[in-house]
Amino acid sequence: MILEINHVSFSYGSIGVLRDVRFSVSPGEVLAILGPNGAGKTTLLKCINAMLRPETGSVLVEGHEVLQLAPSDIARKVGYVAQQSEPARLTVFDAVLMGRRPHIRWKVSERDLMVVDAALKRLGLDNLALRYIDQLSGGEFQKVNIARALVQEPSLLLLDEPTSSLDLKNQIEILSLIRRVVCSHRIAAVMTAHDINSALRHAHKILFLKDGMVFAVCGSRDVTAATVEAVYGVRVEIHHVGSIPLVVPLDGQKA
Amino acid sequence: MHFDDGQVPEEYTRYIGRKIAVILAGVAVLLGLLVVSVSLGSMSIPLLDVVRTLAGRSVSERLDIIILNIRLPQALTAAAAGAGLAVSGAVMQSVLRNPLGSPFTLGLSHAAAFGAALAVMILGAGTMTSSNVGAVHISSPYTTTGIAFFFCLVNAGVIIAVSRLRRSTAEVMVLTGVALGALFTAGTMFLQYFADDMQLAAMVFWTFGDTARASWSELGAIAVLTLMLSLFFQHNSWNYNAIDAGDETARGLGVRVDRVRLLGMLATSLLTAVIVAFLGIIGFVGLVCPHMVRRVIGGDMRFLIPASLVTGAVLLLASDTAARLLLAPHVFPVSVLTAFLGAPVFVALIVRGGRR
Repeated sequence: MILEINHVSFSYGSIGVLRDVRFSVSPGEVLAILGPNGAGKTTLLKCINAMLRPETGSVLVEGHEVLQLAPSDIARKVGYVAQQSEPARLTVFDAVLMGRRPHIRWKVSERDLMVVDAALKRLGLDNLALRYIDQLSGGEFQKVNIARALVQEPSLLLLDEPTSSLDLKNQIEILSLIRRVVCSHRIAAVMTAHDINSALRHAHKILFLKDGMVFAVCGSRDVTAATVEAVYGVRVEIHHVGSIPLVVPLDGQKA
Repeated sequence: MHFDDGQVPEEYTRYIGRKIAVILAGVAVLLGLLVVSVSLGSMSIPLLDVVRTLAGRSVSERLDIIILNIRLPQALTAAAAGAGLAVSGAVMQSVLRNPLGSPFTLGLSHAAAFGAALAVMILGAGTMTSSNVGAVHISSPYTTTGIAFFFCLVNAGVIIAVSRLRRSTAEVMVLTGVALGALFTAGTMFLQYFADDMQLAAMVFWTFGDTARASWSELGAIAVLTLMLSLFFQHNSWNYNAIDAGDETARGLGVRVDRVRLLGMLATSLLTAVIVAFLGIIGFVGLVCPHMVRRVIGGDMRFLIPASLVTGAVLLLASDTAARLLLAPHVFPVSVLTAFLGAPVFVALIVRGGRR
């Protein structure tokens, strides 16, 4: 197991957000956290790399208790792609090199540069290396953010709605990229998502979060209409197009 | 993860080399300007004599006194103060994630002015004495400096205390700074209203930032502090880069964002407080310099910090020299000139959307 979460609870002041959350992710797996707005998806993600500190429970990454590690140590194990990142006046290369920060002591080493170079090539960003990131398109910029998390050389990748502001082509490109990297490097990824169909298509496992509790964890092929209805309160049917499950809402159709 | 198939990209190495070359060129310009600045004044000294004297080979006793006791300390003070203000501005803009971050926007200058006014009013630190150049002198400069410094630190302390109560977000710090600036301005106006002519003149005079006020000991304090804190900032440059990319991204990279922001604010406040307390208010260098540099070599703090250091030094030294010569034989304080220089740039920044 790369990630094991046991009995994690979290609250903002007196408002409980997460209650007794537990699940695990194995190498080569992408897990998508789904659930209605305010269900605690982002909060859960931030508990995994200790950006938020759960009140109870444990978060084990490769067997290490994350809550007892220093921030730099966590950053060497867990890469995080935030929902929003600011395009500063940095080149693509420097913006990705920043991901080496947990490894850099005083000076950027030759290996740091080599790792960045390899990551840029893997993501098809190498011809943009010296472009400023505030001149990139949304899709390219998101690839930079992912590349930055990858050069941390993490065993676990956390992504907060990685495709929320991207068009269809970029959504598919980014999500299959994540899946490919996770499979080929035998790491794991946990992402939050709104689009249930793209999550079903690209993630191996789905975790449904409702009112701060795990409603169901299952393989993306095994999601049932009853589960989706119970979590979102919307009547749905699940059709299969080839091997891809497709959730079709029945409410609110055009007359 | 295995990323061992990469190479050190030549293009990137060249790109970094260009940035280093720009900074080194700046250092060369600074050294040249230093010699020129020392040679210019009410009495021009040939450049060669300046170089000789600076190299320790005395030309004449009179030149030694002019150069080593008057012009060199002033030139070096201008350079050190410009460097310190510019590097403070660069770091403030980064940790506050705000393009308008500077000692002005955070109320530090206003706090210092209030402290000086208070010293003049309550402690009688300022009396006006007409000297041959028609300037006003503050009778006990150390009291005034000390109290101005104290209020700078109070200002910084309140900003930091408020942000500890409400999490150290950039917005909280900037808004608190603006509020404090208004408060201290009100305080200064209150004091000025009740001041007599002599006190009023002393208060106003103090606020004109003037590099001629510093002697070797003050210069030493400014230079050492600028140097030490610049090393600290340089060491944190990756943290500042990460914060530029957003607080959450920075946290994901293992940066203790709140701590880096607080320490950055504390260090920049200390540096500007020392400079302002010794020299008076010198506006706009801290604001404008980092922006100019960013246009040329980009926002990477690894290079922005040393480049701002050098550019700030060049800019204030050039302004100071110009201020000494422009209306000769009258010498006017450099702060007036930097304000003239800075205001249009400030407006240009707003017009261009204030992007960093």
